[in-house]
Amino acid sequence: MAAGSADKFSVLLPTYNERENLPLVVWLLARTFQESGNNFEIIIIDDGSPDGTQEIAEQLEKIYGSDKILLRPRPRKLGLGTAYIHGMKHATGNFIVIMDADLSHHVSLYFIKQKEGNFDIVSGTRYKGNGGVYGWDLKRKLISRGANFLTQVLLRPGASDLTGSFRLYRKEVLQKLMDKCVSKGYVFQMEMIVRARQLGFTIGEVPISFVDRVYGESKLGGNEIVSFLKGLLTLFATT
Amino acid sequence: ARGVGAGRGSVRFSRLFSSQAVMTKLGQWLCGLALLGSAWAALALGPPGLQLPVPFRQALLPLPIYLLVAFGCYSLATVGYRLATFNDCEEAAAELQEHISAARTDLRRRGLRF
Repeated sequence: MAAGSADKFSVLLPTYNERENLPLVVWLLARTFQESGNNFEIIIIDDGSPDGTQEIAEQLEKIYGSDKILLRPRPRKLGLGTAYIHGMKHATGNFIVIMDADLSHHVSLYFIKQKEGNFDIVSGTRYKGNGGVYGWDLKRKLISRGANFLTQVLLRPGASDLTGSFRLYRKEVLQKLMDKCVSKGYVFQMEMIVRARQLGFTIGEVPISFVDRVYGESKLGGNEIVSFLKGLLTLFATT
Repeated sequence: ARGVGAGRGSVRFSRLFSSQAVMTKLGQWLCGLALLGSAWAALALGPPGLQLPVPFRQALLPLPIYLLVAFGCYSLATVGYRLATFNDCEEAAAELQEHISAARTDLRRRGLRF
C-alpha cells in the first residue's frame, strides 16, 4: 500500500428482518467511523425481508448518502456465506468488516488494534481481557464456556473466541479465505479462523462486550447445540 | 508480528508429508494416539523380548485410564474457572441503551420514519 493512501473500511451487513436494529447499527457505525476519521461504506445485503428492512435501508441511504450506504439486496434468504461473497463484489475498501446486524456487538476500536500489530484479521473475543457478556444466565454461560473449551481442545485455533461474528479482515485475506471455506452458517465463521491460522495469517484479538439482542430473540436451544457439535466435529475431521 | 497464537501442529506435521498436504486435526489425534498407544502396549503389556520389571508394568497398565480421568478433572476445573470469571458487562449494556436513545433522536431529526 502506497504511503499516505488512506484506509477504507467496507462493512458487510447481511440482514434478514432487522428493521428495528438496522438504523441503530448504521448510526453507531457511522458515528464510530466519523469519530475516528476513517473512510467507510456500509453494504446492506437484505435477503428480501418481509418486515420492511429494505425500505428502512433506503431511507438510511438518503440520509447518509449512496456513497456511504450501498444497498445490494437479494430476492430471498440465500445464506450468510453467499451474502458475504455478494457484498465483497461491491466493496471498494481495503478492509472488510463483518458483523451481525443485531446489536449484539458493541462497536469498538478494531481499527486501532489492527494498526497496532498490522494484523491480517482482528477478531472480537468475549472470553479475554475485559470482554464479556450481558444478560446471560448461568446455563447459557456454561454452555458457551463448555463449547469454547471443546473447540480449543479439538481445533487449537489460536483465537480465544471463534463464534463471535464481528471481524475485521484485509480484503485480500477475506477473499482467499472465502475461496477455501465450505461450511454453512456460523460454522463458516469458525472455519475461517481455523483456515486463516493454517495459511499463516496473523490474528489479533479485541475484547468485546456481547450485549444480548436488544430487539428480537437470541437463539440458543437444543437444535443450536446439536448443529454446533456437528459443525465442530466436521471441522475437526476436515481441517 | 505473530498475533494470538498457540500450537503450530498442523504446520509441523505438514513437513512430514508434501509441502501442500496439511494433516487434519483428526489425523493428528489418530497419529498421536497410535504412537502413544503402541508405546504403552509395548511397555505395559510386555511382549516377550521387551520385558520391563513387573512393578513398572503394573504401574503403566492403568495409565491410560488415569490420564483420561486427569484430563476430565482438568476440563471441569478449567470450564468452572472460566465460568466463574466470565465478565458481566453492566456498563456496556447501559452505554448501549444510551446510544440507542441518541440514535433514535438523531435519526428522527434527520428524517427517518421508524
